[in-house]
Amino acid sequence: MLEIKNLHVTVGGKAILKGLDFSIEAGQVHAIMGPNGSGKSTLGNVIAGREGYEVTQGEVLYKGKNLLELAPEVRACEGIFMAFQYPVEIPGVNNTYFLRAALNAQRKYRGEPELDSMEFLKLVREKLKILHINDDLLHRAVNEGFSGGEKKRNEIFQMAVLEPVLAILDETDSGLDIDALRLVAEGVNRLRSDDRAMIVITHYQRLLDHIVPDKVHVLADGKIVARGGAELALKLEEQGYTWLEQGGIQSLGAELRA
Amino acid sequence: MHGELKEVYKPMSSEPTQVDSTSANPSSVDHFVQQQYRYGFVTDIESETVPPGLDEDVIRWISARKEEPQWLLDWRLEAYHHWLKMSPPDWAHLKIKPIDFQAISYFSAPKSDKDRPKSLDEVDPKLLETYEKLGVPLHERARLAGVVAVDVVFDSVSLGTTFREELKKAGVIFCSFSEAVHDYPDLVKQYLGTVVPSRDNFFAALNSAVFSDGSFVFIPKGVRCPMELSTYFRINAADTGQFERTLIIAEERSHVSYLEGCTAPMRDQNQLHAAVVELVAMDDANIKYSTVQNWYPGDENGVGGIYNFVTKRGDCRGDRSRISWTQVETGSAITWKYPSCILRGDSSVGEFYSVALTNNYQQADTGTKMIHIGRNTRSKIIAKGISAGHGQNAYRGLVRITKNAENARNYTQCDSMLIGKNCGAHTFPYIEVSNPSAKVEHEATTSRIGEDQLFYCLQRGISEEDAVSMIVDGFCKQVFRELPMEFAVEAKALLEVSLEGAVG
Ligand SMILES: Nc1ncnc2c1ncn2[C@@H]1O[C@H](COP(=O)(O)OP(=O)(O)OP(=O)(O)O)[C@@H](O)[C@H]1O
Ligand SMILES: [Mg+2]
Repeated sequence: MLEIKNLHVTVGGKAILKGLDFSIEAGQVHAIMGPNGSGKSTLGNVIAGREGYEVTQGEVLYKGKNLLELAPEVRACEGIFMAFQYPVEIPGVNNTYFLRAALNAQRKYRGEPELDSMEFLKLVREKLKILHINDDLLHRAVNEGFSGGEKKRNEIFQMAVLEPVLAILDETDSGLDIDALRLVAEGVNRLRSDDRAMIVITHYQRLLDHIVPDKVHVLADGKIVARGGAELALKLEEQGYTWLEQGGIQSLGAELRA
Repeated sequence: MHGELKEVYKPMSSEPTQVDSTSANPSSVDHFVQQQYRYGFVTDIESETVPPGLDEDVIRWISARKEEPQWLLDWRLEAYHHWLKMSPPDWAHLKIKPIDFQAISYFSAPKSDKDRPKSLDEVDPKLLETYEKLGVPLHERARLAGVVAVDVVFDSVSLGTTFREELKKAGVIFCSFSEAVHDYPDLVKQYLGTVVPSRDNFFAALNSAVFSDGSFVFIPKGVRCPMELSTYFRINAADTGQFERTLIIAEERSHVSYLEGCTAPMRDQNQLHAAVVELVAMDDANIKYSTVQNWYPGDENGVGGIYNFVTKRGDCRGDRSRISWTQVETGSAITWKYPSCILRGDSSVGEFYSVALTNNYQQADTGTKMIHIGRNTRSKIIAKGISAGHGQNAYRGLVRITKNAENARNYTQCDSMLIGKNCGAHTFPYIEVSNPSAKVEHEATTSRIGEDQLFYCLQRGISEEDAVSMIVDGFCKQVFRELPMEFAVEAKALLEVSLEGAVG
C-alpha cells in the first residue's frame, strides 16, 4: 500500500530524513519508534503533504502511484489520515461542523452523495458510543480548550468517522490516562481491517500491549536502523535507545538490521 | 477667503428666505434661487450636479434644492464656517493622499433613467459574477445593479408600501431624512446635532454642511418596532451614500433594530464618503444598529475605491438604555470609523461588535469610544480585524470612565488575524479612568492564520479555500452571532468572497 524508498528530506535547509526505506501492506499495523528528534513526525508530515518539507531524493508510492505529487487535501481524500501529535485549536469552528465538512469533502471526491446533518449526526452517535467520548466535545469548537487527552481522543474519533485507508497515529498515546489509553487502543483495534493500514508512532511499549503491531521499525537519525516483530519493542523498552547506538544493532540478528 | 465670504453674505442672513417646511411652493424656491443668482450663483437649479467646489453658494443651493427651512440652512452654514477652520485628522494609521475638497462635487441628484443600464446585459459581468457568488437572488440583482424600471421585476414599491403601513400602525416613523425635515421638522430640530455636534470633527462638520440624505427613525414611548428596519426598504434610498445623515430616536422603553448597507458590492462615482449617524436612547430604550459595509475597495493594486470617513455615535441618554453597534466592514479603500456610545444614563449599556477586513491595498482604522458618565454603566467591545494581501488594519478604541461614573465596567477583546506576510495589524487602546471603582479589562491577541490550522483542515480533506473561510468564520463568530440571522449568513458569504485568492 505504501512504499518509501531512499527518502531524503530537508526542513529549512536541514537534513532530517537521510535515506529512509519503509513499506506497509494493507491489513497491517506497523509501529515506528525512535528517539526524540529522530524524524518520526517528519515522516508523517511528508506522507500527509505538509508544506516546508523538501524531498531531495527518493520516492513515495501510495497504492502504486507517486504520492508526492498530490496536494495534501487530495491525499486525505485518497484515504490518508494523520492523528496529530499536537492537534491544533480552531476557535469558533464547531467540532461537528468541521468533521462533517471533512467527511463531505472526501465523499464528494469519491463521487458519493454528501450527508445531511441528520444522517451525519446518526453516524457520529454510533462512533461516539464505540469510543466512549463525551457528547459535549461535539458542541465545542475544534480542540478549543480540550485537555491533552481529549484532543487525542478527538483525533481517534475523527479517524473513526473518516475511515481512512492509511492512518498515521503520531504519539496518540502520550497524554492519555490508563483508561483512555485502553479506550483509544480498543477504538484503533476495531478499525483494523484487511483493507486498511496503520502506522503507529510511539515511545512506549504499553500502547503496543493493546495494539499489537505486525512489525516494529526503529528510526534513528533519519533512517530506519532496525526492524522486527512486536518483540523488538519489548527489547527497546528494556534497553533504551542508547543500546542501539552502542552497537546493539550489530547484536541483533541480520534479519533485524535495516 | 473666509472673511470675504462673510462680508458678501451678510445681507442675506438678516433677511430670512421664504422657504420653510410647510409653504414650500415652487415660486418661493424660484425666488430664492434668483436671489442667490444675484450673488453670483450660476448653477441651474434643475441641473443634476453642482460643479466641483465648496462655498456658501453651494450650500445654499443644496438647501434650496431640498426646500429646507431657514434654520437648517443656518445650521449647515454654521457647520461650514467651522469646517473652514478645521483640517483633516492625521492621527489615524492611514496613508491618504491629500484630498482636494474643492475638486469634489457636493451634490448629485439620483441618476436619471437614461444613464442607467436598461437590462442586466448592460451590467458589468464582474459585478454579476459577484452577485452570484454572494447568492443574491436573481430578481434582486437588477435592482442592486441599478437597472431601469426594475420595480416591474421586483416590486419594491408595493413591498415598501405594506411595510410602511405596518410601521404607521405601530406609530413608528421611518423615512428619508429629507422627508423628515418637511414632515417632522420639530423632531429633527430637537435632536439634530445633539449627539454629533456639527463641529465635532472635520468630516462631521463637512457632512453637516453638505449632507445629502439618509434615514430618520422615531420610535415612540413603549413601542417595540414590529420589524427590523432596513435602509433597503426605505423609499428614495437611491444614491444617498456620499454624505449620508441618519438620526434614530428611541423614546422611553422602545426597541428598534436597524440594518444598514448590503453585502452586494456598491459602486459609486463619488470617491469621498463622509456619513454621520446619531442615535438617541431614552430611559429603558434599546437600539441595535447593524452595518454591513461593502463599498468598492479599489482593484487589486489599490486603484480607485471609496474613502469612507464615518462619524457614528449613540447617546444612552436615559437610565438603563442600551445601544449596540455591530459592524462588518469589508469594503472601501480607506475606512475611518469609530461607532461610539456615550453612557450618560445610570446603568446604561454600550456594545460594539466589529469585524473589519482589509485585503489587497485596503486600509482601515476603526474601533469605538465608550464614554462612561452615569453610574453602573457597562460597555463591551469585541473587535476582530482580519488583514490579508497588503491590507493594513488598525483597531483604535477609547474607554473613558469619568469622575462620577461609579462602578463602571468595560470588557474589551480585540483580536487580529493576519493572512499572508505583507499585511499588518495594529492596536491602539486608550484607557482613561477617573473613578477608582471602575473595572476595565482589555484582552488582545494577534495570530497569523495558522499554517498549522490550515494544514489540519487540508489533512482532513477540506480545500484551502473552504479551510480559510471556515477559520475566518470561526474567528468572527462572536460578532456574527450578534447580527440578525439572514444578515449573518450574508456576512459570512461576503467574507469568503472578499478573501478570495488571499491565500496560496
Ligand atoms: N519546521 C522545522 N524547522 C526546523 N527544524 C525542524 C522543523 N521540523 C522538525 N525539525 C527538526 O527535525 C528533527 C526531527 O523532528 P521530528 O518532529 O520529526 O522528530 P520526532 O522523531 O517526531 O521527535 P519526537 O519524538 O520528539 O516527537 C528535529 O531535530 C526537529 O527539531
Ligand atoms: Mg514527533
